[in-house]
Amino acid sequence: MQQQEGYLETAATGEGGCTLRLGGRLDAYTVADLWPRALQVLEDHGQTPLQLDAEGVTYCDGAGVALILDLLRRPRTAPVTLVNVPDKVQRLLAPFDAAALAAPPPPRAPRQGVGRRLGEAIQGLGQGLHAQVAFIGETTAALVHALLHPRQVRWADAILIARRAGADALPIVGLIALLLGVILAFQSAVAMKQFGAEIFVANLVALSLLRELGPLMTAILLAGRSASAFAAEIGTMKVNEELDALTTMGLDPLRFLVVTRILAAVLVTPLLTLFADLVGLAGAALVLLTFDIPLVTFVNQVSQSVSLTDLAGGLVKAVVFGLLVAGVGCLRGLQTRTGAAAVGESTTRAVVSAIVLIVAVDGLFAVIYFHLGI
Amino acid sequence: MPVDPSKNDPVIQVRDLTLGFGGRPLLERLNFQVQAGEVFVLLGGSGSGKSTLLKHMIGLYEPMAGEVRIGGEVLTGSEGAARRRILRRFGVTYQSGALFGSMTLLENVRLPLEAYTRLSREAMDLVARLNLQLVGLAGFEHHMPAEISGGMQKRAAIARAMALDPGILFLDEPSAGLDPVTSADLDRLILRLKDILGMTFVVVTHELPSIFAIADRVIMLDRESRGIIAQGPPVQLRDHAEHPWVRRFFNREATEAA
Repeated sequence: MQQQEGYLETAATGEGGCTLRLGGRLDAYTVADLWPRALQVLEDHGQTPLQLDAEGVTYCDGAGVALILDLLRRPRTAPVTLVNVPDKVQRLLAPFDAAALAAPPPPRAPRQGVGRRLGEAIQGLGQGLHAQVAFIGETTAALVHALLHPRQVRWADAILIARRAGADALPIVGLIALLLGVILAFQSAVAMKQFGAEIFVANLVALSLLRELGPLMTAILLAGRSASAFAAEIGTMKVNEELDALTTMGLDPLRFLVVTRILAAVLVTPLLTLFADLVGLAGAALVLLTFDIPLVTFVNQVSQSVSLTDLAGGLVKAVVFGLLVAGVGCLRGLQTRTGAAAVGESTTRAVVSAIVLIVAVDGLFAVIYFHLGI
Repeated sequence: MPVDPSKNDPVIQVRDLTLGFGGRPLLERLNFQVQAGEVFVLLGGSGSGKSTLLKHMIGLYEPMAGEVRIGGEVLTGSEGAARRRILRRFGVTYQSGALFGSMTLLENVRLPLEAYTRLSREAMDLVARLNLQLVGLAGFEHHMPAEISGGMQKRAAIARAMALDPGILFLDEPSAGLDPVTSADLDRLILRLKDILGMTFVVVTHELPSIFAIADRVIMLDRESRGIIAQGPPVQLRDHAEHPWVRRFFNREATEAA
């Protein structure tokens, strides 16, 4: 393919008119330079008739056609006429309607009034709430059914999910818990050393890890790792019409997909929490060793300061957090609309809603435990 | 979109191409040429490697041996600026249309222009609108892909593939999932683009009515012999093919189609 430039020349004609000669190669690359120059000529000769001479055009493509049509469609007082058009360029120009291009393309939909949009937003909110309540109800029913008929649960799926959400999460949960234990112990030990009370760091770390931070951090990690995974997986299944396939086969997606995930999450969250508690305590013990507190003293102090109730309280929370994380992940996945962006949106919403719910429910637990005297 | 495509000039040359996966060849030592301005159809049974061959021809996969030349330049193994120059010579539409769901049709068509040209925004919009007008989608510029039908999505994908006026269009199963009327509309569009713009088409399709409507030449691939078992104009293959599978393909389905 010969490389050739496009060119543009102007020449005065009789009666005060002007000729704009376009020639050479007119393609998407060469017209980039010609276009602003041609528009400038049009502006400079706004009052005089202009002839657009295309005789010298040797190659023309869609961009060249666009340039010619653009020059013809501009509103002017004096006309622009196209002359000496080679046959082949004329054939390219034929299917296009310059008049239709003069107007901007129609907008997608007329913008609606504020009232209508507000109404629709409230309606959307109501529908979302309705869907959530319905989901909670249906999921509860499905879970009760699963507990009454444990043989109908797809345990192989549940175990596989438990492995992915649980065993595979051990390294990250361990890392964060260790860090948490070390930081808590170190920061409080530095302050308490001034009062010679480093030994009580064990009480502080054990209580806060077992009752609050263990379950909370595990649940937040689970929200980031697994709620997002559940939402993306179920969302992609929805986009690929796999959920429709399940429904038409008479299989309830809730029982098939949601119950297994909730059971898996409920199973692994307390175990992960227990693991996080232990690793966090180990981190604290390590720090206290550097403050000359031996391991035996640390263990004795911990066993005196926390009871089994504290541990159980934390694990009960973990079970509820697991339920929330899996439930929200699945709900957002089921709510996915069409398209690749929708899956990303569901995943984001799953993580954000799960974390917000975890924090809110943790507050609720604090109130309940306070009134129960736990 | 050349004004004057010189006929009988091979724009695509496939030489001794062997392709496969994991060291196992799927098709071996393929040799054929596609002439400028023709509609060239790749045929074959399921699993014969039509789509895989197409993906080798557009440089998505590297072959085990042999080469593909586009416009005389070797695409196989090319890199950097040379590869980008060859890639600009053709456009591709995929089975699903592969429009970007988060962009309007106008933005989809404008994207290659933004990437490759220095045109002003206004000029790019105009070129994009012209392309959409050419495929019969004027007025849908601000629609999202999800808001239009499957047939319209395929046409929009063609408009996007044509944005840089590539001269060659590769279409992977353009009629898949379309009703016969929409499919025939798409065939007419292909013929119109070939006629007005002198474009060359390489099409993978199973649809017999489409093949008879648009194809100048077809090649038929076979999984067992790992090669081309027939090539030529579709009518000639239907009436005179020696290979029994080819005759069955054309005649049996042609009878059903009629």
